[in-house]
Amino acid sequence: MSRTSSPDDDHVYLSLAEGHEDGDARWAFGTGFEDPLHGVSAALPPGIDGRALAAQCLALADDALVSAQRLGEWCTRAPELEIELALANIGLDLIGQARLLYSRTGQVDGTGRSEDAYAYFRDAAEFRNVRLAELPNGDFAFSITRLLALSAWRLALFERLAGAPDPVLSAIAAKGVKELAYHRQFAAEWAVRLGDGTDESHRRMQRALYHVAPYVPELFASLDDADHTRDGDGDAVSAIQDDVLAVLRQVTATAGLVLPPLDSPADAAGYGRAGHHTEHLSPLLAELQSVARAHPGAVW
Amino acid sequence: MVHTGGVAERTVGRELVAVHAQQQQFDETIARDQRIEPRDWMPDGYRSTLVRQIAQHAHSEIIGMQPEGEWITRAPSLRRKAILYAKVQDEAGHGLYLYSAAETLGADRADLTLRLIEGRQKYSSIFNYPTPTFADVGVIGWFVDGAAICNQVPLCRCSYGPYARAMVRICKEESFHQRQGYELLLTMMRGTEAQRRMVQGAVDRWWWPSLMMFGPPDGDSPNSVRSMAWKIKRHSNDELRQRFVDMTVPQAQRLGVTLPDPELRWNGERGRHDFGTPDWSELQRVISGDGPCNEERIARRRAAHQEGAWVREAATAYAAKQAARQGERQKQEVAA
Amino acid sequence: MTTNADTEARDAWPLFEVFVRGKRGLNHVHVGSLHAADERMALTNARDLYTRRNEGVSIWVVRSSHIHASTPSEKDPFFAPSGDKVYRHPTFYEIPDDVPHI
Repeated sequence: MSRTSSPDDDHVYLSLAEGHEDGDARWAFGTGFEDPLHGVSAALPPGIDGRALAAQCLALADDALVSAQRLGEWCTRAPELEIELALANIGLDLIGQARLLYSRTGQVDGTGRSEDAYAYFRDAAEFRNVRLAELPNGDFAFSITRLLALSAWRLALFERLAGAPDPVLSAIAAKGVKELAYHRQFAAEWAVRLGDGTDESHRRMQRALYHVAPYVPELFASLDDADHTRDGDGDAVSAIQDDVLAVLRQVTATAGLVLPPLDSPADAAGYGRAGHHTEHLSPLLAELQSVARAHPGAVW
Repeated sequence: MVHTGGVAERTVGRELVAVHAQQQQFDETIARDQRIEPRDWMPDGYRSTLVRQIAQHAHSEIIGMQPEGEWITRAPSLRRKAILYAKVQDEAGHGLYLYSAAETLGADRADLTLRLIEGRQKYSSIFNYPTPTFADVGVIGWFVDGAAICNQVPLCRCSYGPYARAMVRICKEESFHQRQGYELLLTMMRGTEAQRRMVQGAVDRWWWPSLMMFGPPDGDSPNSVRSMAWKIKRHSNDELRQRFVDMTVPQAQRLGVTLPDPELRWNGERGRHDFGTPDWSELQRVISGDGPCNEERIARRRAAHQEGAWVREAATAYAAKQAARQGERQKQEVAA
Repeated sequence: MTTNADTEARDAWPLFEVFVRGKRGLNHVHVGSLHAADERMALTNARDLYTRRNEGVSIWVVRSSHIHASTPSEKDPFFAPSGDKVYRHPTFYEIPDDVPHI
């Protein structure tokens, strides 16, 4: 690519497009979006309980938002630049899922609220995320272990929700499945690298498993009739649990790690799905919501 | 050509001729505005200047993640949160493209990282300023990415192939960065009084440091001459600075903010804007480590690198174990 | 006493060159390099670094040390931008037409 330098690259973007021999504009700005909800009617199909659907979407949105917030805290702190990129990709996927799910919630819960109304103007007691998502990041081993559990669970759930009766939720889940498969793969590969790496990384992974394990039963207890397709309700719940446990067993075995028992009864303190959270959610939301709440009514 | 005979002299003679021919080919490639590629012969000074320039550019992208990255968790709408997260992720990617380009010249990324952390290599002074409000995120997109684009578009035609190609990719992504910043500011300026004040405050703080991004005045820039001869710098500092001002003034007018320079005015005769003189002593101080956030920026990078060592080591150890296992399996297959 | 340099050697990830085929019918094109501990990580890292704006059809990674080169003639790599990550695309931002140079 040789051309004489122009003395005044006045419109910098035009000059970017110049000088490429092949006419095919493969750097076409802004073309070819794929909107997962393209062509999907927003109307609530008959026979679906709008409030139950809203509660389900809200909870899944909260899971995604809180998880993304924790991932965002790794920004500029990741162990290697390539890992920065990977964690940001995962965080962005989850924010995308949260936005779609919050929007659906507002459409079907009768309030017409916006995604930001849910994200920024609810208090901790109104959030419905599972508690595993709100725990502080800890070290990289903890974050990877948490990501493995959450992504395996969410993937198994979304695979079934791709057949949900609500077409919007179904479309969101279908898109999410592709993203979550990547998240789970990333987490699994790192869990194995760390579990079967050095003595130190093995020790940290084992410790992470012991810290994550108590919060895993809540993931399964959070599944209820609304979380899967209408046919074979009880079977679907245990199928999800089996999927997740199989993944965790396979990964920990490959990594040479001990998988702590995960069948302990639910923590008496209650679940995130009922609005019962650890002390970590309030400070997380305080930070997340600080600027928005300082300027009520402002548009950004 | 030396004709004194003897094997040693003839060898030296041949080498001198070879180098001379290579220098000539190098010079001609540059003169024809063509690219020098990694395996081409190049003068040592060209290689070392490029490594330093590319490395500093890469370090700037990575350090530049910090002033904006700290706002991801507090972005006041989900859309802005996603946009900012994507932008900061791009910056990590840009750093990686640039380290990759530097490595084609024989540099080692781990070594470059150490130099940054130990203060032996620099990064753009602009990232040593704090971002106290969310409006700063928008202004950084508008000014800092705008200035970077001014600097970088000409570099898409720099003489070193891998650097030029990295710049093409980076520039295309950077256009998104500037637009998102400007759009945020437009939205805020149409918003509440508090938002408008926030924008003007950020503009007041970032204008002069942005002008300083282009480096000292041409007269105080001795390395520029050689870099321009080698076409690894395509325009002078002052030219780029002037271009940035001329581009930005009408954008500021459209936005409804005031640029904090009482001497800024259109000069009809020159066909450009006249503007005041930056405080070059401030640039000097900030470059030498005495800016508001220098310590903090390096400390954060150093902490991430050091605290992440066990992770990187684990990955290396695992890879070695896997390679050994594969070796064992292959041996067994052969034996069977 | 381990110096910084010793630590770096223990955790150094080798360099890989990355080749991407952007769509069917095209060749793989060299797009740059990255560091990874192993081939599997290199592929994942390449997806994140070089195909964020589009799912490339195919990615190849090769350890740089395994490449034997003459003087390569390289074609500049291009890559069409991504499908649904809409905020990466400049035209997504509604900036009035009369704002110059943006």
